[in-house]
Amino acid sequence: MNLLHLMPLAARSAWNRRATLALTVLAIALSVCLLLGVERLRQGVKEGFTQSVSGADLVVGARGSPLQLMLYAVFHLGEATHNLGWPSVQALSAHPAVAWAIPLSLGDSHRGYPVLGTSQAYFDHFRHGDRQALRLAKGRAFRDGPDDLFSAVLGAEVAEALGYRLGDRLTLSHGSGEPGLAEHADKPFTVAGILARTGTPVDRAVHISLQGLEAIHLDWQGGAPIPGVSIPAQFARKFDLTPKSVTAVILGLESRAAVFSVQRYVNGYRDEPLMAVLPGVALAQLWEVVGVGEQALLAVSGLVVAVGLAGLVAVVLAGLNERRRELAILRSVGAGPLDILWLLTLEGLGLTLAGAALGVILLTGLGLAAGPWIAAHYGIVLAVAVPTAGEATLLGSVVAVGLLASLLPGWRAYRLSLADGLTPRI
Amino acid sequence: MALLEIHRLRYAWPGQAPCLNLVDLGVAAGEPVFLHGPSGSGKSTLLNLLAGVLLPQAGGVSALDTPLATLSAAARDRFRVDHMGLVFQQFNLIPYLPVLDNVLLPCRFSPRRRARALESAADLAGAAARLLEHLDLAPDLWRRPASALSVGQQQRVAAARALIGRPEIVIADEPTSALDVERQAAFLDLLLAECAAAGAALVFVSHDRRLAARFPRVLALGEINRAEAA
Repeated sequence: MNLLHLMPLAARSAWNRRATLALTVLAIALSVCLLLGVERLRQGVKEGFTQSVSGADLVVGARGSPLQLMLYAVFHLGEATHNLGWPSVQALSAHPAVAWAIPLSLGDSHRGYPVLGTSQAYFDHFRHGDRQALRLAKGRAFRDGPDDLFSAVLGAEVAEALGYRLGDRLTLSHGSGEPGLAEHADKPFTVAGILARTGTPVDRAVHISLQGLEAIHLDWQGGAPIPGVSIPAQFARKFDLTPKSVTAVILGLESRAAVFSVQRYVNGYRDEPLMAVLPGVALAQLWEVVGVGEQALLAVSGLVVAVGLAGLVAVVLAGLNERRRELAILRSVGAGPLDILWLLTLEGLGLTLAGAALGVILLTGLGLAAGPWIAAHYGIVLAVAVPTAGEATLLGSVVAVGLLASLLPGWRAYRLSLADGLTPRI
Repeated sequence: MALLEIHRLRYAWPGQAPCLNLVDLGVAAGEPVFLHGPSGSGKSTLLNLLAGVLLPQAGGVSALDTPLATLSAAARDRFRVDHMGLVFQQFNLIPYLPVLDNVLLPCRFSPRRRARALESAADLAGAAARLLEHLDLAPDLWRRPASALSVGQQQRVAAARALIGRPEIVIADEPTSALDVERQAAFLDLLLAECAAAGAALVFVSHDRRLAARFPRVLALGEINRAEAA
């Protein structure tokens, strides 16, 4: 007797008990779907995180910690202790290897959301995720220069959470975080545009021009209004609104090959201590810190798979007693105890394979049905694709564990058929 | 020359007193033998010994001049299907297989039984059909799952399975005890006739003495077993 003879028998025997076994397969399918779903979400979240900025070659800031630079330049968290001077920004922009430069200036906030002073280049060159450009859901981007000083472009989450529409007016607060901040109440901004959702920190930012940011601070000094000095909004344009410094600059290069030479140029910049960071590398480092939860999530879904497979073993074992007669008949027609072991093990393996396949199908269906919605709301791309190498490894280990677990009923059947021989005592 | 020989056979279940200590016995080719014994007298144990599922502690069983104890466990499994047909008391059939597939099971596992079945018929289905017809099973039942048949029909399917590919030895373990008296007689006639036609030695084990009249040779397990009943 060999496996070729056993497989159709195992299949027909399983088909005969299909109602019970279908539930077992469904349980395995759901747990495999969960496991792969968590793995895909994990990858999606990780990619979403590490691709909060994509298409940028370098992020430049005052010399300090690269991770901190990423925290405030990309995630708008915390505050920069040092800025870089505007002449440096101009020098960087003029560097022959630099294709574009996006200046970023942080420090103010609006009802807890960070205010990002930047330039039109931000809307033209900023990329996130899979090199996607920013897209305006409504309205327009602001223009650089004195004509469009008090226009703001809101991230999707800001607009949604605070209920802003185009044309609404908002006042910015000096500093970030704690309530009771001094307001720039004399110079309100108008919502000129609202960005489409990106699933990145862009969604949480209020974008204004660098000139606008300069304008609201004309009559401020050292973080407080200068007593007795008030420059009305309509006169702000008459002042020189060239920023004195910015927090960081995102650089795009003409050629990716130049990245290290430009990095050296920045790190050795003579006029002030600067630092250039490769965003992909720094974000991956940061993920190591914030991404610990992902492993726990994967472990939990691994446990769910273990529960599913335990259910499989329980079902096959429970059905074994009723099948002792069947096994004795097989023994009488030449099946050995080892054949019996394989018969039961094959059944378990087949059920695991069926469950794994159904799980992949379920996940694909789910990805097709809910993928676009998840991508739009959370910026997490759930790829509907053939399993990646990592997923294939997970699937492979599920099947391997299923095979090992199925050896248990197989072993029990082996023992039973040795003890029963041709005459089971039922 | 005996086809099936028992020689100085002793068997004890592990940790128990010997339950079988048999006198030497031989069953000739084509000979039907009725083996009688009350419940608990070791009939099932002897059956497992004859089929080579169990091995005795001393002495042994030879079939076709092959001492079963000299074969490996896997070889005994192969020998069993090559040369023996077995019929049990009831639940003989694999419920989810159609009647025809149940009959052909030995041919799936034994190339020898398969080849011998094909000697008398063009294909395996034809060989099974011939036996099923002889055993009075209507053709419309052949494709039905075994579980759809009555007990009497199932026993006749089991007999067909035991006989397909003309094994030299047929061992039947209380095959009629689930049948009523009339059907018992009919089944026994069919089984004896088919074994005779196939030239198979038949060892028919039963606790029911009334069936003994149809056999030329009757053995009582109590008389051939010298082990003290516990």
